[in-house]
Amino acid sequence: MAGTDTRTATIAVLVENEAGVLARVIGLFSGRGYNIDSLTVAPVDAEGRLSRITIVTSGTEMVIEQIKAQLDRLVPVHKVSDLTLEGPHLVRELALIKVVGRGEHRVEALRLADAFRARVVDATTESFVFEMTGNAEKIDAFLALMRPLGLAEVSRTGAVAIARGTRQIAA
Amino acid sequence: MSAPSLSATPSGTDQGDAAMKPGAEVVLQALKDQGVEVIFGYPGGAVLPIYDALFQQNHIRHILVRHEQAAVHAAEGYARSTGKVGVVLVTSGPGATNAVTGLVDALMDSIPIVCLTGQVPTHLIGNDAFQEADTTGITRPATKHNYLVKRSEDLAAVLHDAFHIARSGRPGPVVIDLPKDILIKPAPYAPPPKPGAPHRSYRPVLDPDPAAIREAVRLLKGARQPIIYTGGGVINAGPEASALLTEFVRLTGMPCTNTLMGLGAFPASDPQFVGMLGMHGTYEANMCMWQCDVMLNIGARFDDRITGRLDKFSPNSKKIHADIDPSSINKNVKVEVPIVGDAARVLRALIAAWKEDATPFSRAQIEPWWRRIEEWRAIRCLAFTQDMTPGAIIKPQHAVKRLFEITRETGRDVIVSTEVGQHQMWAAQYIGFEKPNKWLTSGGLGTMGYGLPAAMGAQIANPDALCIDVAGEASILMNIQEMGTLAQYRLPVKVFILNNEYMGMVRQWQELLHGGRYSESYSDALPDFVKLADAFHAKGLRARSIEELDPVIREMIAHPGPVIADICVAKDENCFPMIPSGAAHNEMILGPDQEKNAARVTDEGKVLV
Ligand SMILES: Cc1cc2nc3c(=O)[nH]c(=O)nc-3n(C[C@H](O)[C@H](O)[C@H](O)COP(=O)(O)OP(=O)(O)OC[C@H]3O[C@@H](n4cnc5c(N)ncnc54)[C@H](O)[C@@H]3O)c2cc1C
Ligand SMILES: Cc1ncc(C[n+]2csc(CCOP(=O)(O)OP(=O)(O)O)c2C)c(N)n1
Ligand SMILES: [Mg+2]
Repeated sequence: MAGTDTRTATIAVLVENEAGVLARVIGLFSGRGYNIDSLTVAPVDAEGRLSRITIVTSGTEMVIEQIKAQLDRLVPVHKVSDLTLEGPHLVRELALIKVVGRGEHRVEALRLADAFRARVVDATTESFVFEMTGNAEKIDAFLALMRPLGLAEVSRTGAVAIARGTRQIAA
Repeated sequence: MSAPSLSATPSGTDQGDAAMKPGAEVVLQALKDQGVEVIFGYPGGAVLPIYDALFQQNHIRHILVRHEQAAVHAAEGYARSTGKVGVVLVTSGPGATNAVTGLVDALMDSIPIVCLTGQVPTHLIGNDAFQEADTTGITRPATKHNYLVKRSEDLAAVLHDAFHIARSGRPGPVVIDLPKDILIKPAPYAPPPKPGAPHRSYRPVLDPDPAAIREAVRLLKGARQPIIYTGGGVINAGPEASALLTEFVRLTGMPCTNTLMGLGAFPASDPQFVGMLGMHGTYEANMCMWQCDVMLNIGARFDDRITGRLDKFSPNSKKIHADIDPSSINKNVKVEVPIVGDAARVLRALIAAWKEDATPFSRAQIEPWWRRIEEWRAIRCLAFTQDMTPGAIIKPQHAVKRLFEITRETGRDVIVSTEVGQHQMWAAQYIGFEKPNKWLTSGGLGTMGYGLPAAMGAQIANPDALCIDVAGEASILMNIQEMGTLAQYRLPVKVFILNNEYMGMVRQWQELLHGGRYSESYSDALPDFVKLADAFHAKGLRARSIEELDPVIREMIAHPGPVIADICVAKDENCFPMIPSGAAHNEMILGPDQEKNAARVTDEGKVLV
């Protein structure tokens, strides 16, 4: 029987840029009870009318294989690529992080932001908005540090990912 | 996401005649160019332009059903009995929502359907307009694919694309939602893309990987206890696939079993056929699955009615699975040799590879296996006793057996559909199918009310065939209104009701699993089916006891028009063999004497359906 070990998979999906395609993908995950840890989507090729969806999911090997096969059989899907399986790849996420506070906390927040290479994109005498890119763990770590310092609000994009080196995903 | 663009434009579309005509005429032109001869439909405000265009042409025949669900089942019956795409036309809102059950049925059973739904005009979409429903939203999980046509330029291409999607790869239902303004405004027409022109994004794999085929042959040649298990995919692949399956099974000398959806792919009368497998399959078929060392699955999806308890499913076998849909492979059951491809091409490749492969294979190697199979067969798991003294109660099994024998005597082309329940299983067990496309049943969704409209659709496609719906008295009432359609089009469909006055399948589970508490499963206040037939301009017949059975069957067949035959059968008969839910293949209940085994079904088993 199939193993019960689970793993995380970062899956890139090239799709037709058309109304409804996102609903199909999300409906597939909810309808079949698969996890979505994160999902991002944007057009990547206006001429070729393609969008790219990046999904981070987790499950047993059998479930992840099933997810990929199910995605691939959606009519507007061109290509499904399991970046986690296929080799080295980069995963990045963008976060905007609002920290509200005064005095010592404010100084400490700024110092930590610098250490994490988070940029200050907005500031008032009582607040900062930091912009940060990185993988989810890095952002999580930064957020944990900001919490006692006045973390007020977070907006994250979810992961985007691409293979390292010359490897490409093409329709 | 950004503005809708025409995703559907299949590459290779000819520019064609750019003359503009009203959208409704473009729709009909596309249907005609797709070879459509019949559509099943029901009118309403949003589709009036199509009905108007239909009125003014002679190429396409419209069959007016009495309920949109029946339109889809009729199209399924038409499709399954011909291999063509079934076409449905319904109005917006309630027309579309009524069609949903049929669409899911077709999705579960991989039946090619194109369903045109009317929609409110584009400028009203989202306004809660009269008879507006979010049809593409509702049908997204009910279809293989769906479209909302928002631009006239896309109309022709979407129609052609829909037919391509419905019939290629793993077939399924496709919905095209057509706003009324799109049907009225002039639209350009382009003929279908050239056959074989690659689709932009949908390209199912048809040819199997030769290495996988060689590996399959290697395993099969080494087998001592093989089983060939095939399903609906072989039917989907066309009659040639069934012929190739028969050739391959005979070439290898191996036993063959079919799923409910696969019946007819291999001749039931062949000695190598061990019957249907699964929950109500034969003892020998299920024991083959339990004991085999190599299993070859072609076009079947390891459904839970087949596997029973997954962790005990065929524990000692190496498994080969050929399927056109990669998502069917390794879904429930992990296999050693996955093969993605069309069943006909897989079988052709297997036959060639079997002959090429130098490894000797002699029947002697599977002789001991056949001896065991014969022992299992000798149990005669489908045997029953019918009291033949006049006045005796008719057993439902006997009624089906006689229906089969008497229809066979006629030598006519017989097509059987069913409703859902015990009668469906008895039909599967006691009617032998020699050829594909003669058996229409709702397997995956198990939709009561499927059989009558399906038989109707098959009768339209096969005017000379003897089309029979083996029905239960409860199921038949779910689409009984279609008797009106039979009358209007003079369709001589025979409705053969095994009337046990119970939702028998429900009653059986209540008896075996719920302490005999028959909660709401008695068919009370039934109509008089003979009078009902009369009211619908059909012939009504009734058999009350054994001596009336054969004459009623013969009269039913001889009558040139539609018939309802009300066969009053034993009320308490259960359908055996049965593998209780959550049990393994070797825990089969063979007959009434073993019913107590069901009492051991655990709560874990009871949660299963
Ligand atoms: C009351 C009731 C009791 C039932 N009891 C039983 C039972 O005892 N035994 C039983 O068998 N069933 C039973 N069923 C039916 C069961 O629920 C399933 O519908 C059935 O077993 C599925 O059949 P299948 O595996 O052949 O798959 P199908 O649903 O027919 O699927 C076909 C498979 O073939 C693939 N395919 C499609 N086209 C092609 C092609 N061209 N080439 C290759 N592959 C292709 C598809 O991708 C799919 O995986 C019962 C149903 C009901 C309602
Ligand atoms: C639309 C629908 N509703 C409910 C069911 C559940 N169900 C399965 S079999 C059955 C009873 C069918 O009774 P009948 O048609 O008399 O057939 P029998 O089992 O008695 O042969 C029911 C209610 C179903 N399959 N379909
Ligand atoms: Mg009944």
